[in-house]
Amino acid sequence: MPPTKQNFLIRGMHCASCVQLIEKSLKKTPGILEASVNLATERATIVYNSEECSIDNLTKSVDAAGYKLINEPSSVSNDDEKKEKERELNDLKIKAAFSLAIGGLIFWATLPTLKETSPSFLQNFWVQLLLAAPVQFWAAASFYRATILAIKHRNANMDTLVTIGTTAAFIYSVLVLIFPAFFKGQGLTAEPYFDTSTIIIGLILLGRFLEARAKSQTSEAIKKLIGLQAKTARVLRGSMDSFGFAQDGQVLSSREEVDILIGEVVVGDLIIVRPGEKIPVDGVITEGLSSIDESMVTGESMPADKKAGDLVIGATINKTGSFVFRATKVGQETMLSQIIKLVQEAQGSKAPIQRLADLISSYFVPIVLMTAIVTFIMWYILGPVPSFTYAFLNTIAVLIIACPCAMGLATPTAVMVGTGLAAQKGILIKNAKALEIASKIKAIVFDKTGTLTYGKPKVTDLIPFDNWSQDSLLQWSASIEKSSEHSLAEAIVNEGKTRGVEFLTLSSFEAIPGKGVKGVIEGRQVYFGNRSLVEEYLQGDPLRFSLASQRASELESQGKTVMYLVIEKKLVGLIAVADTLKESAKETVKALQNIGVSVFMITGDNQRTALTIGQMLGMKEENVLAQVLPAQKEEKIKELQKNNQLVVMVGDGINDAPALALADLGIAMSTGTDVAMEAADITLVNKDLKSVVATINLSKKTLQTIKLNLVWAFGYNILLIPVAAGVLYPLFGILLNPIFASLAMALSSVSVVSNSLLLKRAKI
Amino acid sequence: MLDKILVAILGGGLIVFIYWFFLGKKEKIVRAKDSLEILVEGGYKPDVISIPLGEETTLNFFRTDPSSCLEEVVIADFGIRKLLPLNEKVSIILTPKTKGEFAFSCGMNMFHGKIVVS
Repeated sequence: MPPTKQNFLIRGMHCASCVQLIEKSLKKTPGILEASVNLATERATIVYNSEECSIDNLTKSVDAAGYKLINEPSSVSNDDEKKEKERELNDLKIKAAFSLAIGGLIFWATLPTLKETSPSFLQNFWVQLLLAAPVQFWAAASFYRATILAIKHRNANMDTLVTIGTTAAFIYSVLVLIFPAFFKGQGLTAEPYFDTSTIIIGLILLGRFLEARAKSQTSEAIKKLIGLQAKTARVLRGSMDSFGFAQDGQVLSSREEVDILIGEVVVGDLIIVRPGEKIPVDGVITEGLSSIDESMVTGESMPADKKAGDLVIGATINKTGSFVFRATKVGQETMLSQIIKLVQEAQGSKAPIQRLADLISSYFVPIVLMTAIVTFIMWYILGPVPSFTYAFLNTIAVLIIACPCAMGLATPTAVMVGTGLAAQKGILIKNAKALEIASKIKAIVFDKTGTLTYGKPKVTDLIPFDNWSQDSLLQWSASIEKSSEHSLAEAIVNEGKTRGVEFLTLSSFEAIPGKGVKGVIEGRQVYFGNRSLVEEYLQGDPLRFSLASQRASELESQGKTVMYLVIEKKLVGLIAVADTLKESAKETVKALQNIGVSVFMITGDNQRTALTIGQMLGMKEENVLAQVLPAQKEEKIKELQKNNQLVVMVGDGINDAPALALADLGIAMSTGTDVAMEAADITLVNKDLKSVVATINLSKKTLQTIKLNLVWAFGYNILLIPVAAGVLYPLFGILLNPIFASLAMALSSVSVVSNSLLLKRAKI
Repeated sequence: MLDKILVAILGGGLIVFIYWFFLGKKEKIVRAKDSLEILVEGGYKPDVISIPLGEETTLNFFRTDPSSCLEEVVIADFGIRKLLPLNEKVSIILTPKTKGEFAFSCGMNMFHGKIVVS
């Protein structure tokens, strides 16, 4: 069994030596492999062997050191993260407000038209220095710290540009103040730029505040999913007998009910759930029945009725009755945990469209630094008088306007919102690449059974010949089909059970692949199967065969599958079986065709039956791929791909896993089983066919958002950096004030993130 | 005139210096044995890591840099985007199934590193 790694809250710590004490005590406990305590977060990460060491042992070990270990679910760490983020946002807000207030005051006292209305002390440059210094060295301290650390590692980022730009403005202003005569001697007006340095810092901090606030909303979906987790479970302890429900749903039991933390639930625990309560983990109902709202996990809006033997999903809500279930999956194994893991992985993945942005942003900051130097040189050599002032201000504008953040945020924020939104609707997207492909698909292949249909065929017609009755036809057919593993056999056997027929003893049995079965019942040779089986084994009586074929064709043209029963080389009857189409199938096919996607159906059914179903769904005749054995599905996908089409395969994810994997995009209609989620790029846990259309619509909208973000981020930098450098000056006399540059920069990354957040409102 | 020549020469020199300083870094590969500590401070140290194919390797990221730029680490090829709380060790376990070079970066793609699977 692999070691368990868990995070716990530790109470009572106040200094670094507490950390040492707890770690020492934990490491001495048998079964603990690794223990690391963090004073700042008041948390301990412990790696332990759960067979040797229980949570109780961990608690005792920490108790012995004089502290308290609290085993709380992972949502608590989210609360910590939330508090940390709130603290950071608050800090940014205060610093931005302070800088902008100071900047505003200085600006008032320096702007020629407004200057006269300001108090005279504010017009004093030394007072301005006193006001600007805390902005530069307190509010902007984080820029300095980040720049110094980055430079130490020969890296540069956004902070580097802001630090250089604002420091240059501040130092220049201080020098002007100390040596005014020198600057006047150079033909320059000896005026400081404290307004520029302070307002730039204020606006960039404001931009960062807005960006951080918006960014935290992009991961809202995953936080919601984590928040769904139950915190406690009511476990039954004691003997297994004497248990039941009274008519009013009250539990009658002599066993003890114990409320335990979710982290302590183990596989096999019997858990009781009452109406209105949250089901803590995954399991199987052992007693009782209820209606369960699974919408929060699967996106399925209708409550599901469950009885003994049915699966229940952790984090879903019990609506009506009380029941007991046995925990089958706990901790990281539960469906909710698997969904969270999948969504987290998708949000961490990169869309292929991001490659160019990645390449550019890795060289971006050094290139901007070089551009700024070129700007200075050009203005100093070729610019009008005072060339230094022009060179200086335009250089600062270039440094400040450049916004690599917008490029870095363009794709991931949209992917995060898109995959999060999908997960909330029961659509699990494995990675950003799948999202990108889904937006470009041209052909979609549906597996018929279990995808377009419910996958539960039923007997629709029993047509006996001669003096055979419907019951005897069913009796002989069901008796031989009982040994068959074919999906249609189950329908016939079930119909036999429903009608209460007596099953006959089968003395020999053989399956004839692709045709049917044969066997011996009561000493008579029996064949049961499709038309080709009958053609091979039925002898004589061509008239009866012709009449039967005619009847069979009629049934097949209604989308039914027909089987023939032959006893002692004589045709005795026909049985028709049909699978019911899902209500949403036709609507889904139409919606896909409306958005320009070719819709195909793949099935093992014969051509006539398949064509009829295809027609019912409004598919083109050539798009119905009939008589395809499971192993041939891959071949059909390959054929479609040869036509240079991006092909999507939609199946149940179990018997068509190879085809799902081979298709450019595999969509599994699934209950979230590991097998299906592994093979498919997208899993529809809501089992709703309409979600296929929703997936494509969502991916198209996400891609549109990404493209718009990238156009904005690239366009912004490509267009505005030259403008800031002054390329428009020779022709139009346009220059960009560094203050406007900082405003544009602050707004650019905010607009990218806000545009991604707009996806949340998308109707899919 | 002399000042203009001087500015041009100094500026040119500075451009060359910036190119050499930021883009001319030589890669130093650090081999990870079972686990490796990565300091997140003004970038990643070490930033080029070699890990064995098919074996489980734990990368322990430890962020001491408060810059929000570095608050997330993204190893896209492994589907990992993890928040790195300040002064807290965050372990990422990798079991690479294919050889090759896999980039990792901060959330905004400003700071970069590379994982070499061999």
